[in-house]
Amino acid sequence: MTHTSPSHADYNYTVVRQFAIATVILGIVGMAVGVFIASQLYWPQLNFDTPWLTFSRLRPLHTNAVIFGFGTSALFATSYYVVQRTCQTRLFSDKLASFTFWGWMAVIACAVISLPLGYTSTKEYAELEWPIDILLAVVWTAYAINFFGTLMKRKTSHIYVANWFYGAFIIVVLILHIVNSAAVPVDWMKSYSAYGGATDAMIQWWYGHNAVGFLLTAGFLGMMYYFVPKQAERPVYSYRLSIVHFWALIALYIWAGSHHLHYTALPDWTQTVGMVMSIILFAPSWGGMINGIMTLSGAWHKLRTDPILRFLVISLSFYGMSTFEGPMMAIKTVNALSHYTDWTIGHVHSGALGWVAMVSIGALYHMIPRLYGNTEMFSKKLINTHFWLATIGTVIYIVAMWISGITQGLMWSAVNADGTLTYSFVDSLQASMPFYLMRAIGGAFFLSGMFIMLYNVIMTIRAPAGSLVEKDA
Amino acid sequence: MTTFWSAWIIIGSLIVIAGSAYLLRMVIVDKMGVEEGKEMPHTFDGIVELNNPLPRWWVIMFAASIVWALGYLAVYGVANFEGLTNWKSANKEFYSLSDVKAANAKSRENGEIIQYLGELDKADAVYGKTFAKYAAMPVEQLMEDSDALKVGQRLFIQNCAQCHGSDARGQRGFPNLTDNDWLYGGSFDKIKETISLGRISTGMMSWKAVLGGDQGVKEVVTYVRSLSGRRVNAKDAAAGKAKFALCAGCHGASGTGNQLLGAPNLTDNIWLYGGSTAAITDSVSNGRAGVMPAWSDILGHDKVHVIAAYVYSLSNKK
Repeated sequence: MTHTSPSHADYNYTVVRQFAIATVILGIVGMAVGVFIASQLYWPQLNFDTPWLTFSRLRPLHTNAVIFGFGTSALFATSYYVVQRTCQTRLFSDKLASFTFWGWMAVIACAVISLPLGYTSTKEYAELEWPIDILLAVVWTAYAINFFGTLMKRKTSHIYVANWFYGAFIIVVLILHIVNSAAVPVDWMKSYSAYGGATDAMIQWWYGHNAVGFLLTAGFLGMMYYFVPKQAERPVYSYRLSIVHFWALIALYIWAGSHHLHYTALPDWTQTVGMVMSIILFAPSWGGMINGIMTLSGAWHKLRTDPILRFLVISLSFYGMSTFEGPMMAIKTVNALSHYTDWTIGHVHSGALGWVAMVSIGALYHMIPRLYGNTEMFSKKLINTHFWLATIGTVIYIVAMWISGITQGLMWSAVNADGTLTYSFVDSLQASMPFYLMRAIGGAFFLSGMFIMLYNVIMTIRAPAGSLVEKDA
Repeated sequence: MTTFWSAWIIIGSLIVIAGSAYLLRMVIVDKMGVEEGKEMPHTFDGIVELNNPLPRWWVIMFAASIVWALGYLAVYGVANFEGLTNWKSANKEFYSLSDVKAANAKSRENGEIIQYLGELDKADAVYGKTFAKYAAMPVEQLMEDSDALKVGQRLFIQNCAQCHGSDARGQRGFPNLTDNDWLYGGSFDKIKETISLGRISTGMMSWKAVLGGDQGVKEVVTYVRSLSGRRVNAKDAAAGKAKFALCAGCHGASGTGNQLLGAPNLTDNIWLYGGSTAAITDSVSNGRAGVMPAWSDILGHDKVHVIAAYVYSLSNKK
């Protein structure tokens, strides 16, 4: 393998550093809110009778902070890093890069203020009101210009597969956001959706599911395609597999959103098509996992000594599991049991904690020392501790939600000998309580790992350049 | 849906599915110009890619899901193409119970597969016997049958408790069913009639203008309060008594109400909309109107019979 990377001075690392640090800090904020609201479900008095501390206002804050604060910052940081290094050229515009960072932080700050105050468009994962939506669209457009501008001035003949995924994610998220957020404002912080009834629900879940598909899947696959071969120091397993799974993934994902609306007023055929596309999507989704995991062939022994690689590999395992679970839950018959239960929450978190967070954490541990003139993090031991806290936390969390969800599904559909329902809603809530405690504990594990990461990152940044290089390899 | 949009959806979904199959077909064959298993001729920041073939099990899985998808769409339909089985989850897009009933009857006649109807039939086959057995029993016998009353209570909790409360004690505007005070009569047959056919109250009109404004309302309210034995201003009550002649048409000269009209008894200190001076003033000034929906079409006669027995039992304990 030939290493012909230009020197650091040729790349814009400032914006990458900014977004990398923001990822860690916003991750802690978003996950802390998550642990807090998970605790509220077990100890409801934790809302302290204060409107802005109620579950209903903090839950959207949690989802916005982890998706747009933590996850999207990780995508900004890594995409800016990867696009420069794999195109061997500096970012298209430093000014636009700086604008995307400060603009994005402004969006997050607005979310942190407006959501607890109760301003909401009531659309899941798109709760921000219209002035913030416009700011978000402007920042995202700047991001798109900067990313594709960099691709256009690349010094390599081809475009690396990671950038296909980043590119698809950037374009589709912009379209989704603009279409779903279309609204009629009535004043500065209140608007009504441009769509009505079942159409509004369909547009919302077309957005919601593709936020998962393009932001939380395609974007992070881009991340995976750079950091897994880099950290394993192995070639990508199959170029041909990456072609077929990329195109099939982006073509099919966009159709799958209606599986969120099974057994509703949505027309039958819309539900049918959503289910069918979700099931075909299974194979292309696994294409990414196969390509990532098989990239390790010949390098499996590195898992014994390299906790960063462990993060990346376990993230692929959780990715494979979630993308099997998702199509299965999209089958109408399975959905009849799983819909509206905690199973869905478990599924989302096996993706969010197991895949999105783990792959981001692995990528950050690889990238951060390199942004500061080193190659190693301050402490490998702490990375390993973080790995176990994150893994145990994720497993506790999703197992709790699986048990709770299936219990709820079975209790809600249980009937007496006369055909009446056996259990009231409160009965099922009582059955879920132990698992709500278990979920909060799992979340606390994961959050504590993030604090260890913060310490490790601070120590790495403070270390002089060249002081943390491979010594125990 | 117009033909244009229907075609748009059918063609669009087929293009995506067929395109996936075509893509798979193209990539199975090695056209990379590099020997299988060897490196592709480009490097990105030190990363190279191998030209490995697709895993066979994965190709089979992908192809099988595409074949299955086409079959499923053919059976269940897309857009205006209703599928080979003409399957529907339910007869949707009807906005009244009678329209749905007519559509369901037609579907049965034509032998269409309507999943919801099928599930209702299945439920009737399993549970209908229980209800038919109870429906054949007179109320006296049902009162002796604790299982029947439990069934009635469960049906009540799932269908009636939203308004009347899970303990049947009602709430403001929704009558308490346990106090043996009845707007439309408390015999078993009257209760059953109320549940089956519903009640639309004749409605109490707004009396403010007729009674000569706030002063007139105040006098009538004072008199009405005296009927349930409260201590009131005697002068106002006397003036109110004269005006009460207007109210007597429905509530009776003595204020004991009229069950034919659903006019409440005003002498028993039980108040549907509250017994405070303010609440009664509101009722007299602005009027009141309540509605109980008809349940015979929704639940069917047999279930109504059991629910009526349960409600009757609440004020006629053994």
